[in-house]
Amino acid sequence: MKTSKWKIFTNGIFKENPVLILLLGCCSVLAISVTVSGALGMGAALTFVLVCSNIVVSLLRKIIPDKVRIPCFIVVIATFVTLVEMIVHAFLPALYESLGIFLSLIVVNCIVLGRAEMFASKNGVFDSLLDGLGMGIGYTIVIGGIAVIRELVGSGTLLGARIIPEGYQIGIITQTPGGFFMFGAAIALLVWALGKKGKKFDPRIGCDGCCGNCNLGCDNKEDNAKAQAVIAKEAEAK
Amino acid sequence: MRPFSKLLFIAFSMIFTQNYVLVQFIAICPFLGVSQNFDSCIGMSGAVIFVMTLASAVTWAIYTYIMIPLELTYLSTIIFILVIAALVQFVEIFLKKFLPPLYSALGIYLPLITTNCAVLAVTLLNISEGYTFVQSCVDGFSAGVGFGLALVIFCGVRKAVERAKPPKSWQGLPITLMAAALTSMTFMGFTGIADNLFK
Repeated sequence: MKTSKWKIFTNGIFKENPVLILLLGCCSVLAISVTVSGALGMGAALTFVLVCSNIVVSLLRKIIPDKVRIPCFIVVIATFVTLVEMIVHAFLPALYESLGIFLSLIVVNCIVLGRAEMFASKNGVFDSLLDGLGMGIGYTIVIGGIAVIRELVGSGTLLGARIIPEGYQIGIITQTPGGFFMFGAAIALLVWALGKKGKKFDPRIGCDGCCGNCNLGCDNKEDNAKAQAVIAKEAEAK
Repeated sequence: MRPFSKLLFIAFSMIFTQNYVLVQFIAICPFLGVSQNFDSCIGMSGAVIFVMTLASAVTWAIYTYIMIPLELTYLSTIIFILVIAALVQFVEIFLKKFLPPLYSALGIYLPLITTNCAVLAVTLLNISEGYTFVQSCVDGFSAGVGFGLALVIFCGVRKAVERAKPPKSWQGLPITLMAAALTSMTFMGFTGIADNLFK
């Protein structure tokens, strides 16, 4: 019994890392990973929202009707996001400035909605708590890791302290192209590392649970086929 | 700045210098997900432009005439996401009933838009920038056009990338992200133009 709880917790950190394996919520990873402090703050905020929303969704999973579950999840998530926004605004104004719009955008972050839909709505409260915690930590590790490299190479500092002397930075790493580049490189590294261990991993933007009912026009062929079947059925019904 | 040139400034910066996808990292999921196929790019962009403009107008009115008098401004995130969700549903029903040709073009993309971060972002940014009603509408419209532009450009880039043969571990998404990096680099060229163009 104990091992299965541990498995649920570590699932989000390694096996089903939300960012690198499930490829959810890439927007904030790309945008916030410019400084390490911002990345850690974002990770903490997201972990808090994820744990709380997982608990509440899991508690309400038998009450929420299936048809309106996505709006219900969104309301729960939005409540906690507003809470985090207020706390950060009041106590950490510098972090509030650096996160900007992305703090509010946790509402539509695919990780939170995805976990509510895929895990919390089907499992008990304690399991959902562990899942939220594991996923949040997994997210924080990835965004923090990317941020360490981007801050070090791009601005020559680490948590604000200068490491590489001025004039030796590659500024573009802190800008938009650098974000795409670093994320792509991180995924390629993962594919390479898994390939060495004999495991196959084909990175695609997955759509199960992501973006609520986003099931069309995504990379995943199975999901696409499913969506097309649904559309065909609807057309027949007309 | 004169009112009209302010509008042009907003439109220009939303489409080029502050492009949501390629400069501000908002709405990356649909950008990477939908850009495989040209027709779905056009459909998705059309739906986003339509919903963003409408959402900007509606949330501005709700914020100004309901939330400020009742001092509910701290609830803007919750209220806006609910308004957007309801609006998307309403638009879907309305189009299905009264404008079937438009529905068949945009219909399948509408449900995806509720949780598109760009729509929520544009409504929240309208408020924090303190835009007027007309400015908000222009902002929503041009942010949608910017999204569409990025999507269409990247769709073309991706077609070329698919024909390339990268090293094995770079195949698929990593090389697509690399192409996105190069595409966003081209948009960096616009930096600073808007400020000097509309003085």
